[in-house]
Amino acid sequence: MSAPARPESLALLERLVTALKAKGLVSEEEIAARQASTDRASPEIGARMVARAWLDPAWRKSMVANGAAAAEQMGVSMAGAPPLGILEDTPTLHHLVVCTLCSCYPRAVLGYPPHWYKSFEYRSRAVREPRAVLAEWGTTIAPGVQLRVIDSTADYRWMVLPLRPAGTEGWDEAQLAALVTRDVLVGVALPRVPMAAAAE
Amino acid sequence: MSPAFSHGFAPGDRVRVKDDWPEARGRCHIRTPHYLRGRHGRVERVLGSFPNPEDLAFGRPAPARPLYHVLFDQPPIWSEGEAGDSLLVEIFEHWLEPAPKPVKEAA
Repeated sequence: MSAPARPESLALLERLVTALKAKGLVSEEEIAARQASTDRASPEIGARMVARAWLDPAWRKSMVANGAAAAEQMGVSMAGAPPLGILEDTPTLHHLVVCTLCSCYPRAVLGYPPHWYKSFEYRSRAVREPRAVLAEWGTTIAPGVQLRVIDSTADYRWMVLPLRPAGTEGWDEAQLAALVTRDVLVGVALPRVPMAAAAE
Repeated sequence: MSPAFSHGFAPGDRVRVKDDWPEARGRCHIRTPHYLRGRHGRVERVLGSFPNPEDLAFGRPAPARPLYHVLFDQPPIWSEGEAGDSLLVEIFEHWLEPAPKPVKEAA
């Protein structure tokens, strides 16, 4: 897992920000505004997008064609954010997202990346032995389902659109969204219907 | 890297990632993962054009370069995985060269 920030890293950050401000390249207000917008973002946004896609085929189509435009429709400001790509799982294809070079992550719709996503272990192993990584998460890919690892290394950010689980017929958007966790949106987990709900 | 020569790749085109190691020649910033250098893949889709991060990182003028989503078969890139597993990675055009014939790589 990632180590906590070292004091010398924080001191370096402080010096960098001071230098950028002195050159007029960035202001305190801009930093605060960006922090506020990232603080507002959370996996609940991505989960609502997925739930809506499960319920509305037309909206699903437009979301897959242009994830950023779909996010804007959900009230997310994508100004200055990288384009958002949607990875559509199928009954024979499961997607898993990693950034082996750093920690590229669809922050606009998922918020801050978790520590494990930035860890050397996840970043190296998710491309080398993705099935072993998924097994450690307790995620079982059904036989016959192919695994596609997206190494997010450049200008897009990627979010997984998983399959709607069985046993959710008649559920509304909020009920469905509750199944879509941050881990599901990265592809390390699958949406799980709680046993009590499935039994109803 | 040498100046861009646009191949204008299209979805389905077979490509090879250049077996180039600029990090051995000096300071650089590259977005092409090491494990794909010299490997064969297929263009899945054209993602658009983006300022070249190799220039952006050094504050140089950064002309936009075409970016592709390129699909690689998981085996033989890594030993784990089942037939049909794949890796899908964003690769800039100046890192790609045409691979005219389907190439069977040794596992």
